[in-house]
Amino acid sequence: MSKPAAILRMGVHVPKLRLARSAIAAAMAWASPPGRSGARGARALCNWDEDALTMAVEAARSAHDPDGAPQSVLFCSTTAPFADRDDAVMLASALDLSDSIDSLNLGASLRAGTSGLISAARRGDARTLLVASDARLTRAGSPQEMTYGDAAAALLLGPTNPAALASVLATRTLGSDFVDHYRMSGASFDYGLEERWIREESLLQLIPRAVSELLAAAGLNAGAIGHFVMPGSAVTAKRVAEACGLQAAQRDARALTECGDAGTAMPLLMLAGALETAAPGDLIILIGIGQGVDAVLLRAEAGLRLAGKVFAGALAAQQEEPSYVRYLSHRALIDVDFGMRAERDQRTAHTVAYRKRDALNAFKGGRCEHCGTVQFPRSRVCVNPQCRQTDTQVAHRLADSRGRVKSFTEDWQAYAARPPYIYGNVEFAEGGNLLMEFTDVEAGALKVDDAVRFVYRIKDEDRARRFRRYFWKATTV
Amino acid sequence: MASGIKDKVVIVGMGCSSFGERWSCGPDDLMVEAFDEALADAGIVRDRIDAAWLGVFFDEQNTGKSSLPLSMALRLPNVPTTRVENLCATGTESLRGAVYAVASGACDIALAMGVEKLKDTGFSGLPERTKGTFEDLYLPTSTAPGAFAQLASAYAAKHGYSMTELKRAMAHISCKSHENATRNPKAHLRHRITPQQVLDAPAISYPLGVLDCCGVSDGAACAIVTTPEIARELGKRDLVSVKALQLAPSNGVEMGHQSWDGSHTLTTPIAARRAYAEAGIANPREEIDLIEVHDCFSITELVLMEDLGFSDVGRAPHDVLDGRYDSGGAIPCQIDGGLKCFGHPIGATGLRMAYEIYLQLLGRAGERQLRGRSGHGPAIGLTHNLGGIPNRNIASVSILGLLSASH
Repeated sequence: MSKPAAILRMGVHVPKLRLARSAIAAAMAWASPPGRSGARGARALCNWDEDALTMAVEAARSAHDPDGAPQSVLFCSTTAPFADRDDAVMLASALDLSDSIDSLNLGASLRAGTSGLISAARRGDARTLLVASDARLTRAGSPQEMTYGDAAAALLLGPTNPAALASVLATRTLGSDFVDHYRMSGASFDYGLEERWIREESLLQLIPRAVSELLAAAGLNAGAIGHFVMPGSAVTAKRVAEACGLQAAQRDARALTECGDAGTAMPLLMLAGALETAAPGDLIILIGIGQGVDAVLLRAEAGLRLAGKVFAGALAAQQEEPSYVRYLSHRALIDVDFGMRAERDQRTAHTVAYRKRDALNAFKGGRCEHCGTVQFPRSRVCVNPQCRQTDTQVAHRLADSRGRVKSFTEDWQAYAARPPYIYGNVEFAEGGNLLMEFTDVEAGALKVDDAVRFVYRIKDEDRARRFRRYFWKATTV
Repeated sequence: MASGIKDKVVIVGMGCSSFGERWSCGPDDLMVEAFDEALADAGIVRDRIDAAWLGVFFDEQNTGKSSLPLSMALRLPNVPTTRVENLCATGTESLRGAVYAVASGACDIALAMGVEKLKDTGFSGLPERTKGTFEDLYLPTSTAPGAFAQLASAYAAKHGYSMTELKRAMAHISCKSHENATRNPKAHLRHRITPQQVLDAPAISYPLGVLDCCGVSDGAACAIVTTPEIARELGKRDLVSVKALQLAPSNGVEMGHQSWDGSHTLTTPIAARRAYAEAGIANPREEIDLIEVHDCFSITELVLMEDLGFSDVGRAPHDVLDGRYDSGGAIPCQIDGGLKCFGHPIGATGLRMAYEIYLQLLGRAGERQLRGRSGHGPAIGLTHNLGGIPNRNIASVSILGLLSASH
């Protein structure tokens, strides 16, 4: 590396819903050996309308830098919604990024997040938006059900500047076809192997070697490292840290207890946590694991002093999911009868979806240059009854605006994956009105005049043709 | 300025099927039932009809498209037929087509038919439908109750009512229509209910419960219209004439512009203003004897009392609870039970409303016959439809009156 690349911004999205691990244990105790009842913490859950892509969009939005758009987008996930449709381009279009940027998808390994970081750091002259996101399905009663969680993390990397949060000082990668777990293409669930074998035979072999080579390259002693960021259980991380000589380094385990292992996003999520507790100048070692290891040496920088606490904020914004069964339904792990209204054909007119992509992907309406009226969707003739000029509108993005609830209902008749179906009229801060769906809002909570912001979510799914559709929804601020 | 439709066309015959869950009948049966009554009422033979209009909304699980289902069910003699569809204003659109045809001189006698067979879907409530290829990609998959329930949250917030207060007035509306329908043998729902039952009913779409919602019914209604001269040649003496037929569709303001506050319908006052002008009505509160409005949900009827000018803005809950719109009130509303209890076979509804006004004006409404302001029976009645949802809709207002009624 000629010049150290820096982390300029970081963003995190942890879905609001949390399922207590004790609730999972209680529901599945009959099928599990005794001893799981002491389960602590909660697992973060995608709402029914969230997936790896929607979480990625939210994480990326919270890493947004108004002063510089990225030249490249890397989307890292093992659970991207489409196997063949560019998820990174979908991400970029939801973020309204230029169509001339590079976009790449990384997956097939939980190391994708850290490998993406290393790859981005190697081209430190370009600004890269790196987003890692995973929402892995877990079989009811499985050990993974207790330990996994859903989340996304985003880093904006590029040439360092005074606002940088951390610098990437050195990186090291070791590949090894060690099957700690796997999931074949098209399969729903991971197949996991014994933790002790993984620890003894792989992690305790590879990580100390990678770390010592990393420290040697940087001319540092292990004692200089203040923070050790590594996914995995507390027991394993402690054993590995000792083997690396990093027993004095702090390990922030909040992401494990309060969210769960979020796959490719996990190292970056834990890094976001570590950076919030680090002081400028602190040295950090970040480990990614998956058919080998990535090791990254970082130094916390002065920009941290002014950075917001996105990780703590994301953990704090939570709402308990009291129903284990409803969680199973959201992940299609049980087949609930939603009645005949759920049979509705959701065939997509792709010609229309493409023609209207600015409206649907980037939530762009129109702003009339004659009278200033904002409207959605953008139309040929201005909606303002005092104006009605033709072809006077320019694109106007509403995704980052705020709105106000003008009216709403909680509809128990309409099909909803999480009844009731809540929707209503929203007035945008800059004017304009749209009948919209609300999400992450429970029955009885919404009021007229509530302030809302807008989030990119799954609108619905065409089960007959296996196609997922997305659009923007309102959620209370 | 156009001279308008007033008194150019009269109704010489009307028919209406029984409304309800007509499991054993298809749309053809329902049309024949309404048509036989209208033909007998008019005292003409079928082949005197020069042209006919068919109003039907949900063609997909019903008649199929085009006007052929009408021409074929009634075996009309290959006269011109036209299918119209304008959401819940479809029945009134059918009437408008026939009335305009007669007024133009193109036809001597025209038929307006409206029919809906809703109960072939296999579930309760209205059938599912697409909102358009683009709209399906961004609009919520709302239901009719959910879309109309919006009025309640916005109305309560705007006028400072608690939802409990507003729901009391809404409950009165439902109870009043159930009471009226006990005296209508053709109505779908003919039992009395109490305000407490309305308030305790299962939730449909906040704040609407199931007893805030109208019946989902099968049915047909029709009218035979002609000129006053031909009506007299047919031997008719008391003539019911069309005083006004107005339509005001949304142009997108409610959906997209911030000027609409969501607490009422933007189009109804526009249609009403034009209709009162066309009919020469200066003071609707004093001149109109009875009204049939689009009470698809209790909250809809409540806000319509203001949109049509019968209640002051923000005062409808008080007027409702004071009994102003009850059968014995100043302006009886839904004396036949309304959409709520007569039922709401969509394509037929506008014509069903006209049927009730027609019967009342001619003194043929049986047990529920009103005495009118004069004490000699009502002279002027109004019908109103709201097709669509508050966010985008088609409001229709028609005024029917005795041809002798001076306005």
